[in-house]
Amino acid sequence: MSDSPIAVEQHGPELLHHFVDAEQQRDAASLGMWLFLATEIMFFGGMFCAYLIYRYAYYNEFAAGSRSLDLKWGTINTAVLICSSLTVALGVRAAQMGKRKLLVILLLLTIVFGFVFLGIKGKEWHDKYTEHHIPGHSFNADDLVRDYPQIHIDQQHEQIYFSLYFAMTGLHALHMIIGVGIFVFLTYYAWKGRYTPKYYTPIEIGGLYWHFVDIVWIYLFPLLYLIDRKPLG
Amino acid sequence: MSEHIISSKLYYAIWITLLVLTVVTALVARVDLGPFNTIVALVIATFKALLVVLFFMHVKYTSEKLTKIVIASAIFWLFLLLALSMADYTTRLLN
Repeated sequence: MSDSPIAVEQHGPELLHHFVDAEQQRDAASLGMWLFLATEIMFFGGMFCAYLIYRYAYYNEFAAGSRSLDLKWGTINTAVLICSSLTVALGVRAAQMGKRKLLVILLLLTIVFGFVFLGIKGKEWHDKYTEHHIPGHSFNADDLVRDYPQIHIDQQHEQIYFSLYFAMTGLHALHMIIGVGIFVFLTYYAWKGRYTPKYYTPIEIGGLYWHFVDIVWIYLFPLLYLIDRKPLG
Repeated sequence: MSEHIISSKLYYAIWITLLVLTVVTALVARVDLGPFNTIVALVIATFKALLVVLFFMHVKYTSEKLTKIVIASAIFWLFLLLALSMADYTTRLLN
């Protein structure tokens, strides 16, 4: 910054003219992203609220539906997202230190983890399709009634569990797809060398988004997969 | 967002902790703890989320207090939504 009151300052992305210094600019961008994430918490919050109300009302059906999900794939997918969060965090670090090649590699790894997650999710949805667990005309939970002889399962209420399962994992998967799109964009510009230790705000902001989507899954995993995994008896 | 660069060792430690907790939560769910199964699962999930927010999202190192206020407000709004909705549904005389 020049000391002149009518500063003719540089107009690079690293310091726009309406900010005092680079740190203020970074803090402003970060704060804006956190405000957006606050609205995202309310967006997902509505779904979590619907989930809570119906789980309270139809616990047996939620427990049976949860048991029908594949715990192995759910756990693996949680691990995949945690690994992607690590590559994002290390990516931001690489950007801060100006390591362009490492940044590009870490961003690409994140995209790969994102596709692995979506692939496993797609496999799980397909399993639900073959089991007739997708709400609608062909919905059939006779298998759950058979596996759970000691409790009464209402087929209509069971559909509510699976409606919420598809709505919540679907909304989360949509966020993952958008995240992968953002990271493709970030990778392209990182490869072109746009991000430097002085200006890496898009990496940081994109990272915040990715970590948020990870946190949503950290809650979806126990709420959808782990309602009732106790041995039957 | 500060200039602070976190050591990669700390990132790897957080990563390992998150993976271990994921396995722990999946295993504990198979043990019958009665109503505590849900509580344990949510406590572990919240601890994992906290690690991600504080370290991966750099909130522990930010000098910007407004960011922390926004996060606290967002959690409080979510709490209002869930608590007031459940206060209604659990006290209604349905059926």
